[in-house]
Amino acid sequence: MKAIIAGRAIVAGEAEGDALVTGDALSFWGGYDFHTGEIIDRHHPLAGVLAAGRILAVPCSKGSSTTTAVLLEAVRAGTAPAAIVTTGVDAFFALASIVADVMYGKSFPVIALDAADFASLQTGERLTIEASGVIRRTGF
Amino acid sequence: MLTLTDGDQAMLDGDRGPAPQLAMSILVRMADVYGATALMDISQAHIDSTIYLGDATLEFAERLAALGARVAVPTSLNVSGVDECGWKDWAVAPEWAAKAARQMLAYERMGAVPTWTCAPYQTHMRPVFGQQIAWGESNAIAFANSVIGARTERYPDLLDICCAITGRVPAVGLHLTEHRAGQMLLRLVGVRQALQQDDQFFAVLGHLVGKLAEDRIPVIDGVVVKPAEDHLKAFAAAAASSGRVALFHMVGVTPEAPTLDAAFHGRAPEQTLEITTALLRAARAELTTADGRELDMVILGSPHFSLAEFSQLAPLVTGRHAHPRVKFLVTSSRLMKEHAAETGVLAPIVAFGAQITLDTCILASPMLPPEIRTLMTNSAKYAYYAPSLLNTRVTFGSLADCVRSAIEGRVVRDESVWLTV
Repeated sequence: MKAIIAGRAIVAGEAEGDALVTGDALSFWGGYDFHTGEIIDRHHPLAGVLAAGRILAVPCSKGSSTTTAVLLEAVRAGTAPAAIVTTGVDAFFALASIVADVMYGKSFPVIALDAADFASLQTGERLTIEASGVIRRTGF
Repeated sequence: MLTLTDGDQAMLDGDRGPAPQLAMSILVRMADVYGATALMDISQAHIDSTIYLGDATLEFAERLAALGARVAVPTSLNVSGVDECGWKDWAVAPEWAAKAARQMLAYERMGAVPTWTCAPYQTHMRPVFGQQIAWGESNAIAFANSVIGARTERYPDLLDICCAITGRVPAVGLHLTEHRAGQMLLRLVGVRQALQQDDQFFAVLGHLVGKLAEDRIPVIDGVVVKPAEDHLKAFAAAAASSGRVALFHMVGVTPEAPTLDAAFHGRAPEQTLEITTALLRAARAELTTADGRELDMVILGSPHFSLAEFSQLAPLVTGRHAHPRVKFLVTSSRLMKEHAAETGVLAPIVAFGAQITLDTCILASPMLPPEIRTLMTNSAKYAYYAPSLLNTRVTFGSLADCVRSAIEGRVVRDESVWLTV
């Protein structure tokens, strides 16, 4: 396992938090309660898990176009993930962060990893995301 | 590296006012995310940002409106968070209704057409084959790309309106011919014609295809019936809910797939999977999350009920009455309700005891009272989202099943075609 993962900053920023990792795509509309920061999609393996303040590793968005609006509400409410790590470029997550920056001066990093690095992430491990897109495993 | 035209740059510099400047600044940052080298023109937009969720969606809309934003192309509006005329009949909080109405007004002030529907392709705003458009709303994106052959990326809320204000989009993805080729072949194997003719077939197939396709463009081969437009609508909505399908090809059915070869642009599929009757049965079973026969409400109309669907429903309910314990709700648009009234098919539906909610739906407006716990629907999209969003349990069935259940006051389904091999 690598101590340092070279991610690509889709939306650059810094964050630190516990990883929450899933291999299943997620729609935030119908999938994320921005009042609580909880994943609520009953079809998703993380249903019932709190993602607020954590580094959410999810391959990509799916489903509703309203995913971005739910994430914007979550940033405003302080219930968004600290960062989102994906495989590939997901425009939905990036847009939410960019509009949150425009509207509230608050954004969250969105980092793309290659599939092997993404697969090495484990729920519960402490991660630090740097502005360059580098992800450090804290205490490794 | 993104190159802007003089017109794009002028907008970005604020020469055309603060609203185009704000919209263009977001668009330019997104063009970088998409890896676009240029922006391109669109000639139509559909705005999903209309859905009121809370203060952030409202503040975004009102900020643009306050800056004097105007749409640069003909623009239709998706569902809102409230039925402006009918919300008092339901459990909508007055504060919610007021804020959702403010958000509606903000988008109307920008010059968009108040269609208030998630099925804009069934209005006069329907685009044409090859037309470059910027559409939000997952079901509408999949329908416009696949069934009409118009061209839109999978636009998220908040970006759709930036495209409409500037009339520009990043020149990437599904706007370009080379990215519209099928990537994955899904072949129906041994799926009888009788099953394909069933009213639920395309919704179930869509639910399954959405899950199988992941981030690829699926090509469905082996459809031996001629699906009605509303069946393709149900397919698109289902595939864009269980998955992220923004474009599908159905060989012999959709316009960019006259042949299998055409659907793949002459290339070989990256992967081929078989769709069997057993897989379809399992997919259909997933859509039902209720386990008993209890029934509080039948809900139809996601995507919004069309005139053809009102016309199918009318003869099923004429001269009958829904059970007094069961609510029967149809969600649709103002325009479609008017058409249904003019053609005489609305009257028997209302006499049956049905209620009609306009402009919104049960997923976008907090309208259901807490005592409504068990739903029945023929919509895979309602069946997919209602358990998570509304904490309800759902039975999925055909339109005829839904009517019969409403009359009997308990869930009844004719499953014969799904049970026989």
